[in-house]
Amino acid sequence: MSVTEYIRKSQIWRSIFRHPAPYDRRNRAVVVLTNFFLHLHPVSAKKGGIALSYTWCMGGITFFLFLVEALTGVLLMFYYRPTLEWAFTDIRALRDVNTLGIMREIHRWGAHAMVITVWLHMYRVFLTGSYKPPREFNWVIGVLLLVLTLLLSFTGYLLPWDQLAIWAITVGSNMARATPFLGHEGPGFQLLNVGGFDLITNASDARFLLLGARTVGEETLNRFYILHCVAIPIVVSGLIAIHFWRVRKDGGISQPL
Amino acid sequence: MEPHPDLTISVIRGLGWLYLLMSLLNICWTFRSHKHDGYYNRMFGIDHLPKSMFWAIYSALLLVLAAVHLVFSADASSFLLRLPSWFKVAADTVIANPISFFCLSLVIFIAIIALRKWWVQPTVAWILFNLSVLFLAVSMTDYDFRQIVGKPDNVPIVGMLYLVGFTTWLYFYKANDNDERIAEGRPLAEKELSDQVLVWPDLVYSEMICMILVTSLLIVWGVALQAPLEEPASAVKTPNPSKAPWYFLGLQEMLVYYDPWMAGVVLPSVILVGLMAIPYIDFNTKGNGYYTFDERKFAIITFLFGFLPLWVGMIVLGTFIRGPNWNMFGLYEYWDVHKLEVLNNVNLSEYFWHGLGQPLPKPDAEAPGLSQVLTILSREWLGILLTLAYLFVLPPLMAVTVFKKFYVKMGFVRYMVLANLVLLMASLPLKMVLRWVFRLKYIVAIPEWFFNI
Ligand code: HEM
Repeated sequence: MSVTEYIRKSQIWRSIFRHPAPYDRRNRAVVVLTNFFLHLHPVSAKKGGIALSYTWCMGGITFFLFLVEALTGVLLMFYYRPTLEWAFTDIRALRDVNTLGIMREIHRWGAHAMVITVWLHMYRVFLTGSYKPPREFNWVIGVLLLVLTLLLSFTGYLLPWDQLAIWAITVGSNMARATPFLGHEGPGFQLLNVGGFDLITNASDARFLLLGARTVGEETLNRFYILHCVAIPIVVSGLIAIHFWRVRKDGGISQPL
Repeated sequence: MEPHPDLTISVIRGLGWLYLLMSLLNICWTFRSHKHDGYYNRMFGIDHLPKSMFWAIYSALLLVLAAVHLVFSADASSFLLRLPSWFKVAADTVIANPISFFCLSLVIFIAIIALRKWWVQPTVAWILFNLSVLFLAVSMTDYDFRQIVGKPDNVPIVGMLYLVGFTTWLYFYKANDNDERIAEGRPLAEKELSDQVLVWPDLVYSEMICMILVTSLLIVWGVALQAPLEEPASAVKTPNPSKAPWYFLGLQEMLVYYDPWMAGVVLPSVILVGLMAIPYIDFNTKGNGYYTFDERKFAIITFLFGFLPLWVGMIVLGTFIRGPNWNMFGLYEYWDVHKLEVLNNVNLSEYFWHGLGQPLPKPDAEAPGLSQVLTILSREWLGILLTLAYLFVLPPLMAVTVFKKFYVKMGFVRYMVLANLVLLMASLPLKMVLRWVFRLKYIVAIPEWFFNI
């Protein structure tokens, strides 16, 4: 008996993988059905639908990048404290003293890449007309995922707390000042007043809600940290699950009728 | 030594490796060409000249170029292969001007669609790719170009441009093929692959290969380029220019033409709502699940226009060309903080009242609120009327003229949503043109209420 055979026959192995290796047709179907990770897939699919030149694998790569970001992100969280005192120094230490410092590079480039792949995925879905019935609603979920991907990237941009970070976030969030009705420099905010007192001021408008302060400061860092590391990832995970479920329930990857 | 040298030894070496890579790629292409491209019957007095000859010569030239760059060891300032300054000046004049920039991107956009049968031919596309890499390579011999394109956070944008180019090529390549098949009554390319295959191994292995490739790409990228870390944050030292993250630079660019409430809030919301509305307003049932252009021209052209020149094009503009004070700078131009651009834009109401030879009606701060409102409205009546007409009169007009077929098929609500989305998207290029031609600032200018359009 060879070593691999010995391992495969052992009780431990068989308790983990409840079927023989996928050597033949039957077991290739069984492996997809019984494995938790593989059961995202159908057992079989149309050749044209899974062709790389058709899907560009962009949805899959986006998902993979999300997983990479989650993993490297958790590792980075071990080394990072979101306070004015430490944020910048902790990031610099990743560069200068930490063995795991390259995680920051992978996390940052992965984030850029994810923004690009999510656009290209949308591009492909549009160009193949895959948003057409019955897949309309999955497209809508996709647009939400697109927004959240951008917000994930945006909130993460602040965390290094360097000049690049705070000014990019300042420029980006200044827009919220001008929200109609809800920004203190937006059209119509004067209409929201009670007895001559403006309800919308620079300490109560949409921008304040976003930043937790009048300007980008420690409150903002805290807020963005929580959004970036907890709130948005949870929502994105949920939506990705629904997105995948719907791909299956809407009849698999689109193909000509 | 010069503080900002156009060429250094390490740049020359880097270019050498790039040319070497290009040469290798073109050697592969030579083999491909040898297999597929055939012969010229007679050329230069030679019978039966294989077309791949030219690729072989080109690859050899690249190889020589690579060797020259790799072995050069004298003073970098004496290296002769660099971008001539007349080219830099000419290119900068075209690029650092909003009008020619947008005309150029419009011409490219129209060419992509009109010449789609021509440029997607593999040989043509390969030549275009080579030209773009050569352009990038010789541009790297310029100090200012390197400063802006080589910035670590800007590198992904260059990557994105190539990916967008490649995917657009792939789309048209497949769409052309299917359109021909449809015209000739043959089955679609996708249809020919309609047999069921098992996901293990046909899908899971390609997924695994994708994952491995992406992982290695990220590791190589992470080792080669350090993530940026600038000085510690300081609330008093405002950098000039202050830029949003690159994927929002299209929105930041809109600030030139629109006030923040439009550029930063209303238009982004319109983009998102518009994207979500696409499946519900596109009534065309054709083109579902395969690549085609002819069967859904309107949808494709509209989307490509929004994505290529407006979204991607404005990111390029915002990242590479907007410099200090949000002025435009050529690719090879030094970002001079003191560069002056005369901005004196005029509101529509100013044109109107001054045209009549009258002063602008001014609301009297003492007067009761209502009369102030009326004064403001009467000052801006023309702009308000035009805006309302644009949004509410134009759609019905289009419904009985250009969009007649759409209106009949879509019904009132869907049609109005579509018309307004298209008009809002078109309003951006429209406002740009008005700005360039008439120096028009706002169509409706009510700074009293932060309401400028
Ligand atoms: C975090 C972001 C996203 C992830 C991880 C993701 C993942 C995926 C995956 C793995 C698929 C299977 C087919 C493929 O790979 O192309 C898919 C299909 C699909 N996605 Fe996404 N997606 C995301 C965002 C989006 C966006 C932004 C849109 C559109 C606005 C979208 C719309 C769709 C639609 C309509 C399908 C079905 C396509 C078909 O049946 O051909 N998704 N998605």
